[in-house]
Amino acid sequence: MSAAVKITGLSKSYRHIRVLDRVSFNVEKGELFGLIGPDGAGKSTLYKILATLLTPDSGEARICGLDVVRDYKRLRTHIGYMPERFSLYQDLTVMENLNFFASLFGVTVKENYDLIAPVFSQLEKFPNRMAGALSGGMKQKLALSCALIHRPDILLLDEPTTGVDAVSRSEFWDMLSTLKENGMTIMVSTSYMDEATRCERIAMINNGKILAVDSPTALVENLDENLYNAVGGDMFGLLSRLKTLRGVVDCYTFGATLHLVADKNFSADETVGLLRNSGLPDVRIYPAIGNIEDLFIKEIRNGK
Amino acid sequence: MNTRILMALLHKEVSLMRRNTILPKIIFIMPLMVMLVIPLVANLDVKNVKIVVVDNDHTQLSKRIIADISSSPFLNVVAACGTHGEAMEWVENGDADVLLTIPYDYSKNIVSGVDQIDVEANGVNATKGMIGAGYVSQSVGETLVQWKDENGIGFPVANISVVNRYNPTLDFRNYMIPALMVVLIIIICGFLPSLNLVSEKETGTMEAMNVTPVGRFTFVLSKLIPFWIVGILVVTVGMIVGWLVYGLVPAGDIWMIYLATILFSLVMSGLGVAIANYSSTMLQSIFVMFAFIMIFQLMGGLFTPIGSMPEWAQNVTYAIPPRYFIEIMRSIYLKGTSFIELLPQYMALFIFAVTLCCVAAISYKKQA
Repeated sequence: MSAAVKITGLSKSYRHIRVLDRVSFNVEKGELFGLIGPDGAGKSTLYKILATLLTPDSGEARICGLDVVRDYKRLRTHIGYMPERFSLYQDLTVMENLNFFASLFGVTVKENYDLIAPVFSQLEKFPNRMAGALSGGMKQKLALSCALIHRPDILLLDEPTTGVDAVSRSEFWDMLSTLKENGMTIMVSTSYMDEATRCERIAMINNGKILAVDSPTALVENLDENLYNAVGGDMFGLLSRLKTLRGVVDCYTFGATLHLVADKNFSADETVGLLRNSGLPDVRIYPAIGNIEDLFIKEIRNGK
Repeated sequence: MNTRILMALLHKEVSLMRRNTILPKIIFIMPLMVMLVIPLVANLDVKNVKIVVVDNDHTQLSKRIIADISSSPFLNVVAACGTHGEAMEWVENGDADVLLTIPYDYSKNIVSGVDQIDVEANGVNATKGMIGAGYVSQSVGETLVQWKDENGIGFPVANISVVNRYNPTLDFRNYMIPALMVVLIIIICGFLPSLNLVSEKETGTMEAMNVTPVGRFTFVLSKLIPFWIVGILVVTVGMIVGWLVYGLVPAGDIWMIYLATILFSLVMSGLGVAIANYSSTMLQSIFVMFAFIMIFQLMGGLFTPIGSMPEWAQNVTYAIPPRYFIEIMRSIYLKGTSFIELLPQYMALFIFAVTLCCVAAISYKKQA
């Protein structure tokens, strides 16, 4: 069995709300896999099921061949789970936290130091600092070290970069890449679309449904949309005008510009001329290259 | 059960407790304060009963009755009034607890065998009024016996001797101090484990613990054991204060006190952990725990003797664990009762301890 995580038809409801709807995908061994979706898409619920903290209503999930419901006790030594919330003891020092989690798993920090070294090296400077006194980025590194200390087969990271500054986020992804090169299987979730490109393969999730699973480049190649950038002085006026035009499938803000999805009969020059004559003199429309976010918006639009 | 994991968990608990800025202090200061202050304040001994007298007789005898009353350490004659109405005003204003009226020609009548003296008590403070009135009648009676004796008109008087066993001076402190240690354990060993566990839920560390191979019994035990030790510390502080400040030493064996303490701290912390398992916030657990503690304190025989409760309530107290601990503590402290005689109480505590700790472990669910 080569799949590290094998999820088939997993569903979970809280009261009447379907949080996960027949979720199925595989994560291969040694892969850096991303679960991308907005807040409330069901990412954390999926992680909790995989981390054996929650039982699914139906479907099956296996990690390293072990069932998350039946073999949960054995499974706990195979996974390193890092919850969304910082969950270490704030009143214990950096080293105490690390030693504590090591001894719970019956290992020593020394024997597994090679594994955590790329993450932990920056924390070594202050081993006696309280975990609660660390900065956001440092806290994440400590939490990752603690999740890694027992040499798990797979790392389950639930939104590890939420609330962390841009530099620390980028550093964090570098560390994940290093870990991956050392052979670790990593499944990481994020609501930042730009982080998707750092993963080998991603699964896009929304409203508890998996929209697509593939490598980020393949997904973007399959975007297959007539995509333009639109800019103008009055962005809001432009947006509401464009939405009413014929030939425009969708239009939405994208950073500092508008992204415009057009059908085959759309002509950028004609539209610009039309808009300039109707009180929007400084409008420019030029072709754009789509990315994961455009794909996401497309999938959600098509899903309706 | 895994000793290595348990040791790691205990080590963590101790480090966290040591670093806590309030808890270690509370564990020492609270027993000290309670043991030093409460016995002085919560005192049912009636002292300083205020008495107002109406002397209509004005003879040597009536003066002697009043003089004897005011010489008592518990009684204090605050006023002598001319009329009953005037004296009632003192009572109505709350300035007097007991009104003593000596009728006209009292000393004449007493010779002919008809003696009646009126003692009226202010019932607003029921205990003080009743006990005060008792003291007054006792004092009057003693004076009369002496007087009759001296004047040779004595009738044979029944000589009643009352001896208060185990607490010869009926000192309320001797009754309270063992019970106060029970209160301390109820509060400290009940609240602390409960709050400790819920705080792990609130800070999210519980989630990290739940994905580790820590077993539920091991985890719950790591929450119970520290409070065992705290319970023993609290009782030790209590016993030392009782001995140094009040000169009260247990009449029985000290190991029996410790055994009961160990059992009872388990009962309380087991209850605390069980409540914490069902609460998701500290506020919830505090309120539920508080409800239990109220019932424990009011129905455990702490302040109100169980014997003076209605029968149905007496039956209910069998389900209240502190009842047994209070019985054990008072018996050991005051009577020096042997272990065999207290075995039923120890067994009851043991059963409560085992049951509650099992409930605590079972209700702790790692999986939702």
